[in-house]
Amino acid sequence: MNEHDNVLEEAANWLGQGRRVALATVIETWGSAPRPTGSQLAIRDDGSFVGSVSGGCIEGDVVTRALETLTSGKPEILEYGVSDAMAWEVGLACGGRIRVMVEPVTG
Amino acid sequence: MDAGILAQLVEDRAAKRPAVLATRLTDGFGKLVYPTERQEENWLIKASHEVLASDRAAVVAGSDGDWFLNPFNPPLRLIVVGAVHIAQPLARMSQLAGYDVTVIDPRTAFASENRFPDIDLRHDWPDEAMTALVPDTRTAVVTLTHDPKLDDPALQAALKSKAFYIGALGSKKTHAARIARLKEAGFEDIDIARIHGPVGLSIGAKSPAEIAISIMAEITETLRT
Repeated sequence: MNEHDNVLEEAANWLGQGRRVALATVIETWGSAPRPTGSQLAIRDDGSFVGSVSGGCIEGDVVTRALETLTSGKPEILEYGVSDAMAWEVGLACGGRIRVMVEPVTG
Repeated sequence: MDAGILAQLVEDRAAKRPAVLATRLTDGFGKLVYPTERQEENWLIKASHEVLASDRAAVVAGSDGDWFLNPFNPPLRLIVVGAVHIAQPLARMSQLAGYDVTVIDPRTAFASENRFPDIDLRHDWPDEAMTALVPDTRTAVVTLTHDPKLDDPALQAALKSKAFYIGALGSKKTHAARIARLKEAGFEDIDIARIHGPVGLSIGAKSPAEIAISIMAEITETLRT
């Protein structure tokens, strides 16, 4: 399912330009989650991003949490879903539940 | 993720080398697995084989915790035989859908750079071109020439391959004649039934672009359902 995105290529470009980069990856989905597992988002240190993990519902929050991993240096696993009040706040109204891993690109 | 792994994966994608990015969820430790190039078998290589074959990422339990396996297959491919009018929008649409597209037509006036900018064009005879391209389980083949001299050799090569989709342009009558010729050539009904003909979903398409949409829709349906 990674045919037509250039998320990783863009992440590598940013690194080459001396920027710091984080990645977010959908690792599990339940119900009618809008993007399949393996979908990725690359986030640059200034908050700009390419790709998608949800079709727009939760990207805002994922970007914030991904940027935090640039400071902490540690990956995190985030969960969004209809049972989660936070998910409604950030807008995953599509009826699915997803787990997203956010991690800094290091080294 | 380690920047070195990211660089290697970007290189693998450019080289169209199938790879699986395996990440241990407990600590984010990651590594690349190339199951198609390995002889030995362990749980990780076996599971990596599976995610590449299904083209679906999965979480797998390992002895040291859960691992997330993300498959990076080379792009899907579309082989179009006949650089006709329909081939122009079809080639562009297939690129948008993520396919590496090749258009085969020995008639250089049809298969011209001018008509197909940024498309891989082959001027060999379809059977030779198809042999060189080796259609696999991630390849779709569509014949559009209406000319049995060009379409039939391509269809025969496609039927001998593992192409996941084979489509042939032409009316029901044309298709019936085609089926008769393929039987004559020794193909069984069960093989011939792999050919979608008339090609494309029935959406009342008229213009070349609309017909291209109906073909891409049918290819997508075959791939995903």
